[in-house]
Amino acid sequence: MSAALDIPAPPKEETPFQRFAREFADSKLAVLGLVIVLLVAVLAIAAPWIAPQNPYDLAQLDIMDGRLPPGSVSADGLTFWLGTDDQGRDMLSGIIYGLRISLSVGVGSAVIAGVIGSALGLIAAYAGGKIETAIMRLVDLQLSFPSILVALMILAFLGKGVANVMLALVIVEWARYARTARSAALVERRREYIEAAECLALPRWRVLFRHLLPNCMPPLIVIGTIQIARAITLEATLSFLGLGVPITEPSLGLLIANGYQYMLSGKYWISFYPGIALLVTIVAINLVGDHLRDVLNPRLQR
Amino acid sequence: MTTWLLRRLIQAVFVVLVMTVIVFIGLHVIGDPIDILISPEADQAERARAVAALGLDQPLWKQYGLFLWGGLHGDLGRSFVFNEPALQLIGGRMPATMELAVTAVLLSVVIGIPLGLYAGLNPDSLLGRTTMAGSILGFSLPTFWVGLMLIMVFAVQLGWLPSTGRGETAELFGVQWSFLTRDGLAHMALPALNLSLGNIALVLRLTRAGVRENIHMDYVRFARAKGLSPARVVLVHVMKNILIPVVTIIGLEFGSTIAFSVVTESVFAWPGMGKLIIDSINVLDRPVIVAYLMIIVFLFITINLLVDLLYTVLDPRVRLENRQ
Amino acid sequence: MVVRYQAAMRGAVVAGCLVGAAAMNGAAAQTLTMASSAPITSVDPHYHTFTPNASLDAHLFDSLLDMDAQSRPVAALAESWKLVDERTWELKLRQGVKFHNGAAFTAEDVAYTLDRVPRVPNSPGSFAIYTKPIVGVEIVDPHTIRLRTAGIYPLVPIDLTQVAIIPHGLGKDPATEDFNSGKNAIGTGPFRFVSYKPGDRVEMDRFDGYWGKKPYWQHVSFRIIPNDGARTAALLSGDIGFIEAVPTTDAARLRTDKRVHLAETVSLRIIFLTLDQSRDGPTPFITGPNGEKLDRNPLKDHRVREALSIAINRPAIVERVMEGAAIPAGQFLPPGSYSYAPDLPPPAYDAARAKKLLAEAGFPNGFRITLHGPNDRYVNDAKIIQSIGQMWTRIGVQTSVEGITWSNYIARANKQEFSAYLLGWGSSSGEASNPLRSLVATFDAAKGRGAVNRGRYSNPQLDALIDKAVTTADDAAREKVLQQATKLAMDDVAFIPLHNQKNIWGMRSDLTYIARADEQSRAQDVRPVQ
Repeated sequence: MSAALDIPAPPKEETPFQRFAREFADSKLAVLGLVIVLLVAVLAIAAPWIAPQNPYDLAQLDIMDGRLPPGSVSADGLTFWLGTDDQGRDMLSGIIYGLRISLSVGVGSAVIAGVIGSALGLIAAYAGGKIETAIMRLVDLQLSFPSILVALMILAFLGKGVANVMLALVIVEWARYARTARSAALVERRREYIEAAECLALPRWRVLFRHLLPNCMPPLIVIGTIQIARAITLEATLSFLGLGVPITEPSLGLLIANGYQYMLSGKYWISFYPGIALLVTIVAINLVGDHLRDVLNPRLQR
Repeated sequence: MTTWLLRRLIQAVFVVLVMTVIVFIGLHVIGDPIDILISPEADQAERARAVAALGLDQPLWKQYGLFLWGGLHGDLGRSFVFNEPALQLIGGRMPATMELAVTAVLLSVVIGIPLGLYAGLNPDSLLGRTTMAGSILGFSLPTFWVGLMLIMVFAVQLGWLPSTGRGETAELFGVQWSFLTRDGLAHMALPALNLSLGNIALVLRLTRAGVRENIHMDYVRFARAKGLSPARVVLVHVMKNILIPVVTIIGLEFGSTIAFSVVTESVFAWPGMGKLIIDSINVLDRPVIVAYLMIIVFLFITINLLVDLLYTVLDPRVRLENRQ
Repeated sequence: MVVRYQAAMRGAVVAGCLVGAAAMNGAAAQTLTMASSAPITSVDPHYHTFTPNASLDAHLFDSLLDMDAQSRPVAALAESWKLVDERTWELKLRQGVKFHNGAAFTAEDVAYTLDRVPRVPNSPGSFAIYTKPIVGVEIVDPHTIRLRTAGIYPLVPIDLTQVAIIPHGLGKDPATEDFNSGKNAIGTGPFRFVSYKPGDRVEMDRFDGYWGKKPYWQHVSFRIIPNDGARTAALLSGDIGFIEAVPTTDAARLRTDKRVHLAETVSLRIIFLTLDQSRDGPTPFITGPNGEKLDRNPLKDHRVREALSIAINRPAIVERVMEGAAIPAGQFLPPGSYSYAPDLPPPAYDAARAKKLLAEAGFPNGFRITLHGPNDRYVNDAKIIQSIGQMWTRIGVQTSVEGITWSNYIARANKQEFSAYLLGWGSSSGEASNPLRSLVATFDAAKGRGAVNRGRYSNPQLDALIDKAVTTADDAAREKVLQQATKLAMDDVAFIPLHNQKNIWGMRSDLTYIARADEQSRAQDVRPVQ
């Protein structure tokens, strides 16, 4: 490249990540989504320090403060910016803690399902033969059941609980990762660097996880992002149907379900604000995931 | 082809068997339907009688054996709650769910494909961008929440449409349908829209992606060069190629739509199979739960089969033997 | 996002035209569309002891005696009843009563019904619990029948209110399916069966040969809308003219709404807490104040039970959680019922005394407890346990609460898996012997007593009083004994009563309803405002 050219070409030393970041920043909407996702994540992680009240501590609640409209002040001088629910729980605190539950269920299940699913998918692609057939048959089987029904039955059997919801979500989600990982790995394993690694007689697990896996990451990340949003939605739906998280640890979905009873009596805030919080979170994650797919999917690259 | 079919069949039978075992054990662990159904005023002797009447006094393996034996003879047992054959009970609710799901799928095609075409042909127009952004909402919004909002806005606040139930029905082929009466259609509008929202977004995005991919292909250029009208190029030549993934997805999603009607039916009190299964889980009505799940599995397998067959029709390059 | 009712009602006109449900003129004016809150499980009146079924049956069938709105037995198909000796009841049957198929009602039908009731196949909740005491039936003449009981059993007339009479012309062992299809759905009630769509609705027409007061409605559409919000929305939008079980969250608002009218009464359903009395040693969900294991069950100590009871601010729960749709309770039955004990007011809220009692019992720092409850069974069940959790935590009993799906909850409660848990009880008989025998009498399978005494409370003195009451034929004397037994149970805190629910019906403002204590919704009791 000659210095005489006055077209400011992208600097030669741009790392893949920088390129990725530049392309990602192309979409204002996706950047906005990312900002919201980060904000929501900070809120959820810092909940105990920023929420005005611990909504799970029954000693801090007073039913005499129940169903106050937004902006009301409690007997102790605490302002309920988003009102209170029937137990006198500050909705703002409830939403922040609810985000925490919803996000941890979503992210947790997506990560666990991702690890299990990707590992199985990679093993299938790399091992081939009977192992591959067995794993992929299982994947087909899993995907041939509607996720909502599987989750519904699992939770009916196991009962309510954050851990149980995560387990149910992992069971319905892992197969998607496995399929994606396998098809990505099938492409990658024919590449030269894998052959080179194999020629060096590196241990198989090392080839698998140190060489193959990193190169299969982009599609898995895309799937993962979308699955987090799906998991949060599914958890909310299950909680709405009365099979999700327990009343003492309300997620956004449960807050919406509890508050819906009050919609007709005009106490909209008990259901409406958690609904908005859930909506914004899911849409933001999907905006990010959607754009990630465009950026990371070579087929659609401009 | 025959081996392929046979393999599918064996797989299906295996799936059903595993599922029934899990459901039997799972429901046994949760509790006892008699505890829920019996009058609280019943004494211990009456309770024992009721347990025996439903065959729940037998050991679980024996109950399962009896179920298998009945199943082989086409009898999936009688509902504990309604004392009617489980299949008959579900069959009675099936038309309600089917018409809802079919309407939802039709809506997604009627709305999704034109919007997707537009967004694909005019990706940078305001409407095209809005459509794409809107489609993210479409698959992001939780079905139940949208349902609640639809009721609040259209039924309670505006009062345009009824909020619950199936409305008047009329008979066709010996079955009661809502879509044949005006009142029934009014009742169906909100739940069908609710159920179709995710599918609309899906079809829209697939169509758009298909258009984007195909529009630059050689065959489109040739067609244009031949002087065909742009409308014909898009509606005939491009559509033909887009339709394959769209049909596949619609087919595969039809099963999920039926499964997801569980949520919509709960919100809108739509008396279909989904509502029945939720109620049945709540009262541990095992025969109904098992029969429902078997029907769903059967439905899924049939749909997958049909989609694969349709594939070969639409795209002769695909050979069944190459697929699992 | 605030709901505007004006808009809702303006829209209702449109919706009304669209669905033709609320039209006010012509033949449609004679149609009542009503909404039940739970699906009926059968049209067969002897299949399943279940309130929604009883509601429907009251339209199609009659019993020998009926319950009035306050759940006191009144004459129906039997005009009078008396004891001819200690163990024999004689009933005079109403003359000129016709079944929907035209057959005349006679003693033969009563005998036929009593014979069928215990033999309904696959019944998950048999009506035999009401006919079991009757060991002999003797037809004296077509309109006189004698029923013999094994021992002295004063509750025969009350039990008969639950048993719908069907015509003997249905043949040997009529099938439940034939009731659902309408073939056998033949009674003497004010409405005739037209059609039944499971999970959706039952359609009925007025029976013009009815013996009693003619109902106003020519046609009744009995819809099933279990979702609370949907039911209220349907009333407000005009789809439905009459709904039962108005959610407490909407009741306060609807009471001030000019376009709808509410009918309410105190129900016979009591909501209470059961405490584990089955273990002397540690109970599963109680630990010391720092989570350490205890070597005894604090709930066996009368002072602890009383402390937990008086730590509950019942008026606050009624006002804040139930939004006025209940009354605080200190015993099984609401005031005005037969065998209500007037000297047993709801325990007064007294946190200071509760703390003192705990200290006296050896728990100056309280203890930790998990309070269990269902979250899909009773009105506001999950909210009630959370409120109690708040109140107990304030007296030093650190409470965590757990709401569980009923199907799993009841199975665990029946196995004594909980320490303190919420339950409800509706006294179908409207008197105290029923809850006393079932809830607090010592669990004894052989005698059929204490069948749902899940906490396994046991007090021989109380058992003796209950035995005495159920074998006292004289109504006034029996009431005294029942009151005595109730007082004994409450003084010992055999369980912790919380409140009696109110039953609330909502209807168009131009209708009235006679609110019933037994939760049944009857179209014949819905009439236009005069």
